[in-house]
Amino acid sequence: MGKKILTEKINIPGIREYDVYRQNGGYQSVEKALKEMTPEQLVESVKASGLRGRGGAGFPVGLKWSFIDKKSGKPRHLLVNADESEPGTFKDRYLMEFIPHLLIEGAIVSSFALEANLSYIYIRGEYMFVFKILEKAIKEAYANGWLGKNILGTGYDLDLYVHCGAGAYICGEETAQIESLEGKRGNPRIKPPFPAVSGLWNEPTVVNNVESIASIPWITLNSGEEYAKIGIGRSTGTKLISASGHIKNPGVYEIEMGMTVDEFMNSDEYLGGMIDDRPLKALIPGGSSVQILPPQYIFKTANGEDRLMSYESWADGGPVTGSSLGSGGFIVYNDTACIVRNTWNLSRFYHHESCGQCSPCREGTGWMEKILYRIEHGQGTEEDVDLLWDIQSHIEGNTICPLGDAAAWPVAAAIRHFREEFEYHIRFPEKIKDRNHFREQPMEKVRQLLAK
Amino acid sequence: MKITIDGHTIEVEPGTTVLQAARMIGGASVPPTMCYYSKLKDCGGKCRCCLVEVTKGSERDPRPMPKLQPSCVTGAQDGMEVLSGNSQRVLDARKAVTEFLLINHPLDCPVCDQAGECNLQDLAMTNKEFTSRFKEQKVTTPSEDIGPYISLNKNRCILCYRCVKLAEQLTPDRVHGVLYRGDHAEISAYIHNSIDSDFSGNMIDVCPVGALTDRTFRFQSRVWFTKKINAHRDCPHCTGKVVLWTFGNDVLRVTARKDEFSEVEDFICNECRFDHKKKEDWVVEGPHKFGKNSVLNINNNALAAPKDVEIQTEKLTLAGRDVDRKKISMRDVPIEQIEENK
Repeated sequence: MGKKILTEKINIPGIREYDVYRQNGGYQSVEKALKEMTPEQLVESVKASGLRGRGGAGFPVGLKWSFIDKKSGKPRHLLVNADESEPGTFKDRYLMEFIPHLLIEGAIVSSFALEANLSYIYIRGEYMFVFKILEKAIKEAYANGWLGKNILGTGYDLDLYVHCGAGAYICGEETAQIESLEGKRGNPRIKPPFPAVSGLWNEPTVVNNVESIASIPWITLNSGEEYAKIGIGRSTGTKLISASGHIKNPGVYEIEMGMTVDEFMNSDEYLGGMIDDRPLKALIPGGSSVQILPPQYIFKTANGEDRLMSYESWADGGPVTGSSLGSGGFIVYNDTACIVRNTWNLSRFYHHESCGQCSPCREGTGWMEKILYRIEHGQGTEEDVDLLWDIQSHIEGNTICPLGDAAAWPVAAAIRHFREEFEYHIRFPEKIKDRNHFREQPMEKVRQLLAK
Repeated sequence: MKITIDGHTIEVEPGTTVLQAARMIGGASVPPTMCYYSKLKDCGGKCRCCLVEVTKGSERDPRPMPKLQPSCVTGAQDGMEVLSGNSQRVLDARKAVTEFLLINHPLDCPVCDQAGECNLQDLAMTNKEFTSRFKEQKVTTPSEDIGPYISLNKNRCILCYRCVKLAEQLTPDRVHGVLYRGDHAEISAYIHNSIDSDFSGNMIDVCPVGALTDRTFRFQSRVWFTKKINAHRDCPHCTGKVVLWTFGNDVLRVTARKDEFSEVEDFICNECRFDHKKKEDWVVEGPHKFGKNSVLNINNNALAAPKDVEIQTEKLTLAGRDVDRKKISMRDVPIEQIEENK
């Protein structure tokens, strides 16, 4: 049984209510932070904890906090990014739905560390029910003196609001989120200036993921050094993994970093292996934006080392044989899954969600989607695979925000590892008419057709 | 501050962008721009045409930047080294961006009023050996009536946001903007006939493609058949410095004067642009010169055709006198070479 930090109390009945949460040690970190610690000490302890941003990029939180511009004297803001829209990721929803006060507690401590007096939680429009839960929790926090003027008599004021987005994936990108919060069209801004210097209303802003902020209370109570002891190497602490796909026990799991992938996938405490006796075909370890991996690179890296659940280990091998832990959306496929259809589906998502600001992403995502649609529906040609490769290579790295990369990587990885499946779709359109064609004839059985 | 672009070192003021520095150097180092407009604030970084490779970040931090950078929003650093026209990686990326811009573009240049002075046309012509790889159906949007002076064709739009920034910065109210997202995003005023600001006509000038064109000039003439005359008048609203596009004695259209990067020098008011279409209203200054390698130079009186250039026109396609044939056929030698030959 690994250590639980975020989900330790999540199963206590009624923990969603303020009274139960408080009785179980809630808001102690606010008391400790506001009464015993200075903002600098808090930032230092988060730096010492080595906590890395849980939104996907894995940027150290403490470092991000230390970049915030405190010299200019402008008001500062904390923006909690709850716009969790990545296909395959649903960990923040689990936290906010069942233990909303943990996020609010973390937001208060973090705002104090950043010396921010006005903070926001930006939640996606589809999470309207979670929005209501958070609203209620914030009201309870106000009523009990954890928010508002002069918190705990320390003279620290903080207002916290939940803002509901209108359902755009792009608003999970920090600058687009700031634009959206300002009431504008959710287009990512051109960086620099970074939000830490000029963010919300051109004032210094820190944007952090829900899970990162929810880890702050524990770090405050137990010190950063304690947190750094959990985990492995530069991947410290615990991580929520939202597992879905062809596995026995899908759901949200809190794991200690450094667990082997084999243990996570196959032990009964976690995923419990594949859903039936069909073999594993592919895995997306960190939400739809990261590279899909074939079985030979899942449990072992290209060097033959054990693959661990950590940022470094998943990234081992770069884009060629590695992937990324990303936001922890763990999607498992067995051999009935069609990678072409899956790639088309993801590509359709990015096409739909591209903001349309910069040309490579706006035009390229639509183009890729159309080509993949053709291949999936039996109208592909031999040149299409190379064309797809060419398009994705020209989108990647040439866009304003990472959505272009996120659209390009899944296509690149699918072609890199599962090229034969694309060729099978192109050469044998009569065999792929049925959506479940791999159920009867998995790739192993039809591979010899391609060799001819 | 010193910045080196393609091996040319230049001294620039702090705050200069790489693009501005490249424009100071000139020649092949100048990146093409579709969305950047030096006269408008916060305009740029979107089209990705002006990508450059930064091989040395600055004197303090000499690491190269891993990604290509949009030169129009990248500030110059002391000791920065940039590759623009000399890097194959940059040229490939620009070519790819050109292709991206063209895939959903209707390519209706033969009926487009912007043809001849279109930045997208120029950009496409700089990337030679271009064959279309796009077999899919293009995204199309019905056009929309936005007012009596400006015609909006959304299909041709490349979403550079120039007209949006212009409406924000030059006119009191912005009544149009971008709707929807992704490749379905479109410029729209949402309400019919709503664009009626006194300076709205400048949207036509800043539009790099034929999405926003002059309604009063619509289908009247191809721009290369007109004579371009610099003129001015005493205008209470603007500087009154314009270019008259004339055919015989008729003033077909009035636009602001553009510089060598096809950016207007002074924004003009709608009164000058639409209401004074008589030569008597204007004080003529002389022929207008185009600095850019543009098809518009073909009929420009200021440039005489060099003797050693043979104009190849298929005799069968253009029947008639040899003199006429030479007049309307395009030159296939860049202007720089012509000027060298002088």
